Amino acid sequence: MNSAVTPARRQLHPPPVPASPFPYHPGSLLSASDLTLDGLSHILARATALESADPLLRDRILAKRRVALLFYESSTRTRTSFELAAKGLGADTTLVSSLSSSIEKGESLKDTGLTLRALGAEAIILRHNSSGAAWLLEAETRLPVLNAGDGMHEHPTQALLDLRTILAHLRPGTETLTPETLAGVTITIVGDITHSRVARSNMLLLPRLGARVLLCGPRELLPDVAAMVGPGITIERDFNEALHQSQAVMMLRIQAERLAGLQLDLEQYKANYQLTGPRLAAHAPTALVMHPGPIIRGLEVTSGVADGLQSVILEQVKNGVAIRMAVVERALTASEQGGRA
Amino acid sequence: MTALLIRGGHLIDPAAGVDALKDILLKDGRVAEIAGPGKLKSANGAEVLDATGLTVAPGLIDMHVHLREPGQGYKETIASGTAAAAAGGFTAVAAMPNTVPVNDSPETTRWMLAPERGAVIRVFPIAAATRGSKGEAINDYAALKSAGAVAVTDDGNPILKDNVMRETLIAAARVGLCVIQHAEDTRLTQGASMNAGAMAFKLGLRGMATEAESGLVERDIRLVTELRDTRVHLHVAHTSTAAALAAVRQARRSGLRVTCEVTPHHFLLTEEHVGLYNTNAKMNPPLRSAFDRDAMIEAILDGVVDAIATDHAPHAVHEKEVEFENAPNGITGLETALGLCVRWLHKEWKMPLGRVLSLLSAQPAALLNLKGRGTLTVGSFADVVVFDPKAEWVYNARETKSKSRNTPFDGWTMQGKVRWTISEGRIAYSRPA
Repeated sequence: MNSAVTPARRQLHPPPVPASPFPYHPGSLLSASDLTLDGLSHILARATALESADPLLRDRILAKRRVALLFYESSTRTRTSFELAAKGLGADTTLVSSLSSSIEKGESLKDTGLTLRALGAEAIILRHNSSGAAWLLEAETRLPVLNAGDGMHEHPTQALLDLRTILAHLRPGTETLTPETLAGVTITIVGDITHSRVARSNMLLLPRLGARVLLCGPRELLPDVAAMVGPGITIERDFNEALHQSQAVMMLRIQAERLAGLQLDLEQYKANYQLTGPRLAAHAPTALVMHPGPIIRGLEVTSGVADGLQSVILEQVKNGVAIRMAVVERALTASEQGGRA
Repeated sequence: MTALLIRGGHLIDPAAGVDALKDILLKDGRVAEIAGPGKLKSANGAEVLDATGLTVAPGLIDMHVHLREPGQGYKETIASGTAAAAAGGFTAVAAMPNTVPVNDSPETTRWMLAPERGAVIRVFPIAAATRGSKGEAINDYAALKSAGAVAVTDDGNPILKDNVMRETLIAAARVGLCVIQHAEDTRLTQGASMNAGAMAFKLGLRGMATEAESGLVERDIRLVTELRDTRVHLHVAHTSTAAALAAVRQARRSGLRVTCEVTPHHFLLTEEHVGLYNTNAKMNPPLRSAFDRDAMIEAILDGVVDAIATDHAPHAVHEKEVEFENAPNGITGLETALGLCVRWLHKEWKMPLGRVLSLLSAQPAALLNLKGRGTLTVGSFADVVVFDPKAEWVYNARETKSKSRNTPFDGWTMQGKVRWTISEGRIAYSRPA
C-alpha cells in the first residue's frame, strides 16, 4: 500500500449505482445470471419435453413465427443448433451474417436490428465480436434477444447446455434446481479464461447450484481478478491438483483471434495444461471431459482424450439443440405467458 | 453598454475573501463598484437584477472543455458549447486542441476566437504542444500565446517521449505557459475501454490499469524535478487515480509547480456505473474503483486538487449508440458541474461553498493566468454567476443547450440553480424566474 495515499477519514456516502434496466423483454436471454432457479428448471424441463416430442406436433409450437439469426462471427455448433431448434418448433428463420449483408457496408448494429424488426423478426439470436452487443441490440429493438456469444463476455446457452450435460451424468433425474443441486461437485475450467465467454457464463451459473468452480491456466490467460467475478470461484494454477478435485473438467481453446499481440509459449502451455490420457488417468479417472468446441486437437486436448470414454463433447453438442429449442420457445412465448419464465 | 446592478445578493468572492450581502455595479464590462445593500451611489440608470436570496459569485471557469470546432460541428460548435457553458454558470472555458485540424497554429487559434464563432462567453484556446499533436515536433509557443493560447497540451495523445516532454516543459516555461498532460501511457492501454479490474474482466472488456496514469504522472514529475526551473508548470488533467494524486501531493511537498484537476464524474462515479455497457459512462480516463473515487473526494476536501474541470466532451447520439468498445470516449459536463459540486461537495461532504466556488473559478483562473478573472474586485472583468444555492432541480439532458446529450447525469438531482450568467457585463444566460 502506498503510504502517500490518504486513508478515508470520514464516512462518505457517494451516489448510489442505479439498478440495471435489463433485460427489457422477459423472453430475452442475455446473461446466464438473468435466470432464476425456477426459470432454469423450467428451461431444462422444456428442453427434455421438446427433445422427445413428436416432430410433427412440435413444429406447430412456433409455426410460421419469425426468428432472425444475426451472426457477426463464424460459428458451426451454435448457429446450426439454434437454426435447427427454431425450425424444429416450426419457426421461419433467416440468417444474416456480417460477410453477406449491409453490415459490410457499415450499417450499425442498431440499424441492422431495427431493419430485422421491420422485416417481421420476433426475436433475434445474436453472435457478435463485441462484449455487450446483445444488451445494445435489446435496448434498441426491445425484441427478445438471445445472446449466442458476445465478444469475451457471455454465452449463456452454452452454460445451459453444459449444465444439462453435467446434470445428466452427475445428478440424473433432477427436475427442480436448488442452491444445493450441485453441492459437493467441483468443475474445473482450463485454459484461455480471459477470452472465454463460455467460462464467464459457466462461472456465473454453476456456483448458484452449489458447485465449486476452479479456474486453471497461466497468468497471461487467467488473471487473479477472475476469481472476483462471483461467489464460488477459486483459482488453482496447478492443473494436476485441479483435476484431482474435479468431477468435470472443461477444456477451452486458446482464442488466437483475441490474443491481441499476446505471445504464448505453446510448448510450455501444452506441458502445463494439455489434457492427455496419462494425466487424466492419473488425476481424474472418472471426471467428465467437456469442451465447448471448436477443439484444436493436440493443443488443449489430445485426440485420445477428445474421443475417449470420459469425453462428453458430442453429448454437449446434442444438448445444444434441446436447450436452444427451450430458449427460443421462451423468447417467443414469454410475454404471452405474462412474466419471466 | 448598459450598466447592470446586481442587488440584494450574497456575494461570495473567495479570492478577495468576501462572503457577505453586497450590491454590485457592473459597467463597461468591468466591476465598477461594490457596496453594502442599498449603499451604491452611482447606480442611476442601471438595469437592476434582483438577487435577493441568491448567491453572487465570480463566473465559473472550466479549464478543460472540447468545443469540437473547427471540424466537428455536428457534435458541438463554439456557439452551442458556450451556450451550454453559460447555462451552467460558466463565463470562461479553455478549449482543448483536439479539433479537426488540430489547433496547433496561431491561425486556428485566432479562428476560434473570431466573433463569427458566436461565443456567448469567453473562450480561451489551449494549443497543441506538438505539431498535429503527434508528440514529435514542438510548436512555436510564443506565436501561439500571442494569438491567444493560454496553455499547451496534446491532450488525448499524451507526450510519451521523455525528450519531447522535457523540451515542451522548457519551451512553455520560457513564454509563461502551463503544460497540461493527459496522463496515460498509451502503450499500456491499447484496445482498453474501461478501468482494469474485476468489473472489466466480468464484462469481457480490456482494462486500463491505474499505473498507465500514475506512471506517466511520475515520469512527468521526474522531468520537472530534473529541470530545476521554477517557471516550469505541469498541470495534470482529469486526475483519476489515488496513485497519481499521491505523486502530485509529493511533488508539491517538494516545492514543484505541479497542479491537477479532477472532474465531477471522477469524484462521483465508479466503474460500477458502466453497468451493462452504458456508453455514457465511457470516458478517458475511465471511471475507476471506489477506492480511487474516494481518493478524489478526499483530495478535493484536503486541498490537494487545484481545480474542478468538466472535460466536457460532446458526441452525437448515433456515435454513442454502438458497441461499448467502439463508442468514443467522453461525456458532456458544462450544465451539470455546479449542480453536482454544490449537491455533493458542499451539501453532502460539507465543503464550504466558497471553497467549492474557488475550485470552479479563482483557482483555474490562477492556473491559466487569466488576469482579472475568477474574482469580483473592482476593476475585474464583469464575469458573474448568480445562482440559488439551495434550489434542488433535476437535470434533463433533452433540454441541453449543447448539441449533444451524452451524459450519465440525466435525471440526477442537482443543487444550485443558475439564475443569470453575466459575461463581461452582458447577460449570457438568464433563466426565467
